Amino acid sequence: MRIVFKTSYDADLGLFVHRYQAFWYVLLLAVAVGLPFVMNDFWIGEAALMLIWAIAGMGLMLLVGHAGQPSLGHAAFMAVGAYTNVILQTSLGWPFLVSFPLSGCAAALAGALLALPTARLHGIYLAIATLAVSVLAEDGIVMLAPWTGGVSGIFAPDIKIFGVGFNRYVNAPGFYWLTLGVAVLVVLGYRNILRSPLGRSLVAVRDSEISAQAIGVNLARTKAVSFALSCGVTGLAGALMGHFAGVFNHETFTIFLSITLLMMIVIGGLGSIHGAFLGAIVITFLPLAISIVREFLNERFGTASVMPPGIETAAFGAILIAFILLEPMGIYGRWIKIRTYFELFPFCRRDMFRRQRGYLRTERIR
Amino acid sequence: MESLQLLVSGLANGCVYGLIALGFVLIYKATEALNFAQGDMMMLGAFVTLGLTNDHYWALPFWASVPIALLLMGAFGYVLEITLLRRMSGQSQIAVVVLTVALGFIIRFIAGAIWGHEPQSLESPIAGVNVRFSGLVLGLDEVAVILVTIVLTGLLYLGFAHTRLGLAMQATSQNQLAAYYMGIPVKRVSALIWCLSGIVATAAGILLASKGSIDPNSGFLGIKAFAAAVIGGLGSLPGALLGGLVIGVIEPFAARHVAAGFSQVVPYAVLLLVLIIRPSGILSQVRDKKV
Repeated sequence: MRIVFKTSYDADLGLFVHRYQAFWYVLLLAVAVGLPFVMNDFWIGEAALMLIWAIAGMGLMLLVGHAGQPSLGHAAFMAVGAYTNVILQTSLGWPFLVSFPLSGCAAALAGALLALPTARLHGIYLAIATLAVSVLAEDGIVMLAPWTGGVSGIFAPDIKIFGVGFNRYVNAPGFYWLTLGVAVLVVLGYRNILRSPLGRSLVAVRDSEISAQAIGVNLARTKAVSFALSCGVTGLAGALMGHFAGVFNHETFTIFLSITLLMMIVIGGLGSIHGAFLGAIVITFLPLAISIVREFLNERFGTASVMPPGIETAAFGAILIAFILLEPMGIYGRWIKIRTYFELFPFCRRDMFRRQRGYLRTERIR
Repeated sequence: MESLQLLVSGLANGCVYGLIALGFVLIYKATEALNFAQGDMMMLGAFVTLGLTNDHYWALPFWASVPIALLLMGAFGYVLEITLLRRMSGQSQIAVVVLTVALGFIIRFIAGAIWGHEPQSLESPIAGVNVRFSGLVLGLDEVAVILVTIVLTGLLYLGFAHTRLGLAMQATSQNQLAAYYMGIPVKRVSALIWCLSGIVATAAGILLASKGSIDPNSGFLGIKAFAAAVIGGLGSLPGALLGGLVIGVIEPFAARHVAAGFSQVVPYAVLLLVLIIRPSGILSQVRDKKV
């Protein structure tokens, strides 16, 4: 049990609550940096993929978890980022260090453009509008075949920064460190936004639009900015995903990617940066775990013949359902419960996290 | 004449979208939950009927297997509600969306494992028969689709407006707590609405499978049905049908008159346009609260 005694207002705004917390995060970062020295290239590749998912998840988390605007169309913005990044590199010959931030800017611009007409939409209407955007983007890639390569796809060139190559297969640790660097920058930016007036107004809009308006938050502007930031970060993740995949086409950025992103942050825990990372871990390693279990069963019991195809997706769906039913606050919510239990030991009470019973009220009358 | 032909086949397609959207709207109207597995429930209903009817499987007579399938799928919807969805009441809509999407994964897997992944047609008496109608050649299946949809929508609309259960459903959706206070068994009402939605989805599935073919991925038609429901105004039953018809009619005309490769995006472009101009659909159900 630790008592945090704040003696200044700055303490409320600090990046870390207390020094021990800072210590744990620095330790985590050190472990993350040192990972390539203990793991082989395959697992480092998976870890890099996990970080890319986490970056995309943070983008979506800002919009869904903090601004409360559901989006089922973030695959479209990943696509914008990925294609901008590659096209700038191959057609214009610009280096990665220039094209990468520009791809984020392009996705942010696309997001802001979408936010202008959709700022009036709420909840499910927004979700369906973004779903339509996701479907449109998929077809749009095919239509813009002269630039995007359409169905046959487009090759992502090797990343070269000051003469050092960051190909995923040749230099797996390098690519991993690159994504780690981007992820850390995004986390820092995210943390800083959350403790700035913008972050506070995002949360205000999420919790009640009417109250937010009453205390002087400009709704349209806040929504547009949250869309732009969110889509920009997702675009960066898309650019990295393009390099990770090596070659991609319209089928890389389908509606399923959008849905997977949303599932990821819901599993991880809405409204926390941790949630994006925890969800990314689940999304990356669950298919891997399922296939390992499947192979194990096949070897042990010879079940290869009775395993129908597509059982991975079904298992994935079942695990998702279990997560949502058993822990609606996501993995991070569960972690907070466990942590509180030990912090207060032995004084934790069972009803401490009992939610107030929720009743549904229509959103059609407001 | 050609346009008329296109119009009729578009209307028939639109009716199927409308029927799927109807099930979606039913659930939304009564519980404000968004069932993203509605398309997959439609697919499952179609496969259950197909498995009962087709010679290759159980070879029951068509008119015997339809009620059985409707009952089975109604029970399926009921069980889904009491086992899974009931626990989600009062939680965020996004969680429900993720839950139903995951449910869709499982339903698709089950259908694929039992009936295979090949497209199959339902051997129904309405398939492949033509009706002449003053120079217009219509498939009996298309006529049946249009008729069934109109009848179902009308029945549901009247049911919602005038029966005791319908009023209970409306009350539940507006304010659950107040509905409890008025003595409405809210849980049973929600379960019944899922049952009803399963039945409507099966009706849509049967019509779709006798009009064309069905495979485990047919559930993706659900996405068009959501678009239909939103265009019509979520929460409005005639709106769902109207939205379905709009999308269904736009599709063949876009395919005819818009360059190939661009035509399939037209429905979604229309959806975006409608949302931008009228953010809550054509037959809007959103009202401002009077203080």
